[in-house]
Amino acid sequence: MNVVQFILQNHTEVLELTAEHLWLVGASIALAVLVGIPLGILITRWPLLSKPVLGGANIIQTIPSLALFGLLLPAPWIGARADRLAILALTLYALLPLIRNTYTGIKGVDPAVVEAGRGMGMTDRQLLWQVEFPLALSVIIAGIRVATVLSIGVATIAAAIGAGGLGEYIFRGLAMVNNQVILAGAIPAAALAILADTSLGWLEKRLAPR
Amino acid sequence: MNSSPNAGPAIEFRNVGYRLNNGSTLLRDFTLEVQRGETLVLLGRSGSGKTTTLKLINRLLTQSAGAIYVDGRSLDQWDVIRLRRMIGYVIQEVGLFPHFTVARNIGVVPQIEGWAADRIQDRVTELLRLVGLEPQLASRYPRELSGGQRQRVGVARALAADPSFLLMDEPFGALDPITRAELQREFLALQQRLGKTVVFVTHDLREALLLGTRVALMEAGQLVATLAPDEFLHSTDPMVAAYVDAFKTEVSPVSQDNDEPSK
Repeated sequence: MNVVQFILQNHTEVLELTAEHLWLVGASIALAVLVGIPLGILITRWPLLSKPVLGGANIIQTIPSLALFGLLLPAPWIGARADRLAILALTLYALLPLIRNTYTGIKGVDPAVVEAGRGMGMTDRQLLWQVEFPLALSVIIAGIRVATVLSIGVATIAAAIGAGGLGEYIFRGLAMVNNQVILAGAIPAAALAILADTSLGWLEKRLAPR
Repeated sequence: MNSSPNAGPAIEFRNVGYRLNNGSTLLRDFTLEVQRGETLVLLGRSGSGKTTTLKLINRLLTQSAGAIYVDGRSLDQWDVIRLRRMIGYVIQEVGLFPHFTVARNIGVVPQIEGWAADRIQDRVTELLRLVGLEPQLASRYPRELSGGQRQRVGVARALAADPSFLLMDEPFGALDPITRAELQREFLALQQRLGKTVVFVTHDLREALLLGTRVALMEAGQLVATLAPDEFLHSTDPMVAAYVDAFKTEVSPVSQDNDEPSK
């Protein structure tokens, strides 16, 4: 039996696991966007905070994912359900690209444009929302793209703590020493990653200034 | 001296100093009056403090000593946003918003000032004509314009909310000589009609003499002299003369060698 046949035969389960996978990734990216973009903006306003914030996000990313899942296990409420725990861990991983790209995107806006805006009497808020943010948007989308692709990969490991997703097949296949089962999880996950990468890449190009 | 806002000088510097945090002084004991409706040119080489002086007026920088008055009111009594909105600002890099159309670029200050949309649109059309651009350009993006057109849009944008002041920082510096001459002529014509109080920064002596009602020469963060253009050429002040000389040699080094033996 080859992989295609396996997937076709178990298509209900494949779809279920894909949906779980998408839920883990989608929820964590949404949370990371809600936290990471404001944080990225904040550290352009308070440069003193930029080193500790970026450094902190950097350190989180160096923690191996399996260890991070384990470390969060004793947390109250979060640790009570595997998917909460997985979402939190994935959110933490996604923070660095989001904070960093928001920060560099805004910092990278042509200083002449910012100065012109300020010199014309734009308030800080007007400058941010009318000039800096729109001009940084494609760089920020690039951050979301990196974070999403990363999350789709890391989310497969969430199956190890029982959070479901396409990692189920991978771990099941490993236990059964069955490559077809492993591939039934790996191939859809890879397809999701490629899909996310191209669609967000397209969006990024469309929003690029100039 | 501190009489009604409209009597005294439009802009006044009193013993102004500007020092960076690292201790280096960019401007020292700078005293200057800019009269209403005149074009005062700040002339000097790079690093002489011209741009610093300009940015002190719209509070992009804040002086570390002395006081600056605009319309008779000390700068620290102005709401900085209000102040900036009544001062048009044009810079060499133009700084047009790349994601806005020409029309939106020109309409920025009216828009943040809360004008109605149709009033902004009328004003944009009026301003495009004023700076010699076709109204059809309104829907273009800055990247689709030539350097000269972009700078014209920059001027139109600065004039949008009809400010009484105009600060211009080497606005024609990046243009080719022919376009520059064209814009200089148009600036003169425009200024004759509008009578704004203009502070104009340049290192180009010819531009300074052509456009300025008075020319203030700066050197190493200090004011050397403030003179009318014709006085400037014949000044005996050594620094002024040196600037004029440097420019003469720059203009025609070959013919000078041929026509007259070195002094």
